[in-house]
Amino acid sequence: MTDLSVVDLSRLQFALTALYHFLFVPLTLGLSMLLAIMESVYVMTGREIWKTMTKFWGILFGINFAMGVATGITMEFQFGTNWAYYSQFVGDIFGSLLAIEGLMAFFLEATFIGLFFFGWNKMSRVGHMTVTWMVALGSNFSALWILIANAWMQNPVGATFNLDTMRMELTSFWDVFFNPVAQSKFVHTVSAGYVTGAIFVLAVSSYYLLRGRNLEFARRSFTVAASFGLASALSVVVLGDQSGYTATEHQKMKLAAIEAMWQTESPPADFTAVGIPDRQDRETHYAVKIPWLLGIIATRSLDTPVPGINDLVARAKERIKSGMVAAAALDRLHANRDDAAAHSDFEAHVHDLGYALLLKRYTPDVANATEAQIDKAANDAVPDVAVLFWAFRIMAGLGFFFIGLFAAAFYSASRRHFHRPWLLRVALYSLPLPWIAAELGWIVAEYGRQPWTIEGVLPTFLSASSITTAQVTFSLAGFVLFYSALAVVDGFLLAKYIRLGPEGVFPPKPPAPKPGQPGPARPGGVPIGAIQPARAQVRPPPKPGGA
Amino acid sequence: MMEKLVFLDYETLRFAWWVLLGLLLIGFAIMDGFDLGVAAVLPLVARRDIERRVVLETIEPVWEGNQVWLILGAGAVFAAWPALYAVAFSGFYVAMFLALVALILRPVGFGFRNKIENPLWRGVWDWALVVAGVVPAFVFGVAFGNLFQGLPFRFDETMRITYEGGFLDLLNPFGIICGGLALVMMVMHGSVYLGMKTDGAVQHRAAMVAGAAGFLMILLFAAGGLYIAYGVDGFVVTGGIDPAGPSNPLLKTVERLHEGWLSNFAGQAWEYHKQVFFGDYIGHGWELVLPLLGFLGALVAPQLVRFGKGGLAFIASSLSLFGIIATAGVALFPFLMPSSLDLKSSLTVWDASSSRLTLFIMLVAAVLFLPAIVVYTGFVFRVLRGKVTLQQVKDHESGY
Repeated sequence: MTDLSVVDLSRLQFALTALYHFLFVPLTLGLSMLLAIMESVYVMTGREIWKTMTKFWGILFGINFAMGVATGITMEFQFGTNWAYYSQFVGDIFGSLLAIEGLMAFFLEATFIGLFFFGWNKMSRVGHMTVTWMVALGSNFSALWILIANAWMQNPVGATFNLDTMRMELTSFWDVFFNPVAQSKFVHTVSAGYVTGAIFVLAVSSYYLLRGRNLEFARRSFTVAASFGLASALSVVVLGDQSGYTATEHQKMKLAAIEAMWQTESPPADFTAVGIPDRQDRETHYAVKIPWLLGIIATRSLDTPVPGINDLVARAKERIKSGMVAAAALDRLHANRDDAAAHSDFEAHVHDLGYALLLKRYTPDVANATEAQIDKAANDAVPDVAVLFWAFRIMAGLGFFFIGLFAAAFYSASRRHFHRPWLLRVALYSLPLPWIAAELGWIVAEYGRQPWTIEGVLPTFLSASSITTAQVTFSLAGFVLFYSALAVVDGFLLAKYIRLGPEGVFPPKPPAPKPGQPGPARPGGVPIGAIQPARAQVRPPPKPGGA
Repeated sequence: MMEKLVFLDYETLRFAWWVLLGLLLIGFAIMDGFDLGVAAVLPLVARRDIERRVVLETIEPVWEGNQVWLILGAGAVFAAWPALYAVAFSGFYVAMFLALVALILRPVGFGFRNKIENPLWRGVWDWALVVAGVVPAFVFGVAFGNLFQGLPFRFDETMRITYEGGFLDLLNPFGIICGGLALVMMVMHGSVYLGMKTDGAVQHRAAMVAGAAGFLMILLFAAGGLYIAYGVDGFVVTGGIDPAGPSNPLLKTVERLHEGWLSNFAGQAWEYHKQVFFGDYIGHGWELVLPLLGFLGALVAPQLVRFGKGGLAFIASSLSLFGIIATAGVALFPFLMPSSLDLKSSLTVWDASSSRLTLFIMLVAAVLFLPAIVVYTGFVFRVLRGKVTLQQVKDHESGY
């Protein structure tokens, strides 16, 4: 048995490092697409300003990308270091998805990123544009495979428990790839990344427009961000994650927790807009309900019931009892490998074995657990209702806000009216919001997955490595210190380059370059640090929120 | 249903993945190895800031792609040898954390260093990059060295791992020899790469470093070989193993040899499976080519740099890395990670792999994508061909 404090510390470390990593991922997804779009316009029109846009946003992309790569390695290592039992139990499926991500996606992205920065004068325009598209394609493929892996944790299809190896093994790669949860997750998460990139570009452009700087650059960037952002924001909300929430028992539990719906209602169920969920009393106080909405969103029908938490706990109890039969059969099989009756018992109940493992928290002898222990374990199947309820509402509210913001920005841009200070200010101060939404989305999906690492198969508290509390404390403290220092440096650099702006980083060149020719190398160059005077001319800008 | 599509038997798939694991590891050593080496020798070959920018610019456009060899290597272990991944990463907990911190310093070091022109700022990131080059090379070498001595782990009947040892136990004499060997391998390889990609004073210094590192490499490889021959008791599988059986390490029996690992190099297990998979294509004694390549490459590569044959030197250096790593892999075969605590828990090629279906699908993915990776990586290197000179670096702002 693993020390429970090791489990808690490892969970804390995983949550912190994953949330931190997820600060950089959405921006990489969104900005890589925006860079590819901007450079395509450059290649089509041949206008230098679009090249400057690609290069300047590219610098900010590079700073962010470095952090994304750096923190991504942690994630890959961590499954092995802190979740060794998980790794050996499901590596057959989960590990292969990560490996394919490396083969198909990350290699593409990482190999071409160098050419994006260093290939400007070494390739044709179309060649370089292709490189940029490869980076964007690579990062999107990367998200696809990671989300297929994640979706498998939420809905473990296409795999079965193997008695000989005591682990889960792949039975159908097809099922894993076309996991319905994976499809909705991919579209939702990638669109959220696009929204993040678009808000970033919109906010920084608004900052320049408010200051009256880099106007040509800022207007075009603003327009691209507004159009790309509007399409993406609509896609995030319309193709939201909810469609995946009917797939399995625990996905249903997650949905019920998000809605704080304790009792099953007669269909179509009402949507609770706000309220105060109370786990003790099993009801939601001061609930404001919108009739029918939940039933329609979740089931796309008027007569399918959405099960409430209490009913789902009762179902969990049944599955625990069924799983206990499998556990007992497993014990018999360990004593006698050829016990035919035990074999058939095991086969009949193996799909509930994971539920019986929830009992391990309360008794080592799962097969003979008491009714009280079963009750406790069944209640563990409910995730943290209040956190899910509020995290989801804030995230969804932000989603609708983004649609409004992009619509207003798009309208302004299409009218070529870039000087509505209120809109520019709203856009600027919205800078931290997509990150808040993305982090809350992670919390809804992954904290909402608890108590499971693999839904219905492996509880979180059994997944950890047999390491010591001291080891995890050491690494956790190390990550907190190290990551905080990096965050300061990253924020400082981003703020510095945003303040400098494209005119500071790429000052207008003395001879106008002939169209079709790569710009001449600038003798002496403009070393990055030598731009202090340019900076001194601008008024001290307000702190960009959240940078 | 899908099982029917799998046209390779379990034994072949396991062996293929053992070969692939070796290739990925060698790919990592050759490709990311020169990045680690270049970063490690930065203060030795470049004094002024402009020289350091030259040195760094030889790897800045490519290191990111190269590092994926490591990420893919770890991913392939996770996918093809989940038990090995679980034991190695949790058992080497502190070592892995140190390597990780170093590996995190790399992207940010490259990305951030040239962003501000301040000697202190740049000096700090230069040293961060040195650490990022030295630590992973040393740690991975130490870990590899400890494989030969067996690691203190065991599985219980639910396949839960217990590991009874700490970080400092890894720093035993043989572990340190292997750590040092890995470090000088990367240093030589990186210096040879610099010899190919730079000119003038930097190239001259790189050639000198390569010479010294090549000499140490020969010394440490020989010392490691002797230690393995006389200083460490080997392991041997004595029964209960079925190359096509379930991946459960607890079904076999293992004993300690009362002689070194060297007898396992081209020993019974290897000879048998060599015959099965390669037939007569690899004759008796051909394995000796591997250590020979290791020695010869280390001897020749620095000389070639000195005579201005950068490309050939890089090939020689790569062959040397290939020879040394392959020697170690063949010597361990069929073990991946022996256990000193509970002999039967030892992980081998035949009882620590993924399922047949997973190995097959992964093999298909590798066969489809690895050649594509080689082609587009080759394209990138072609675009970036030629030396990085002081003048070039002076003429443009930092690429990042």
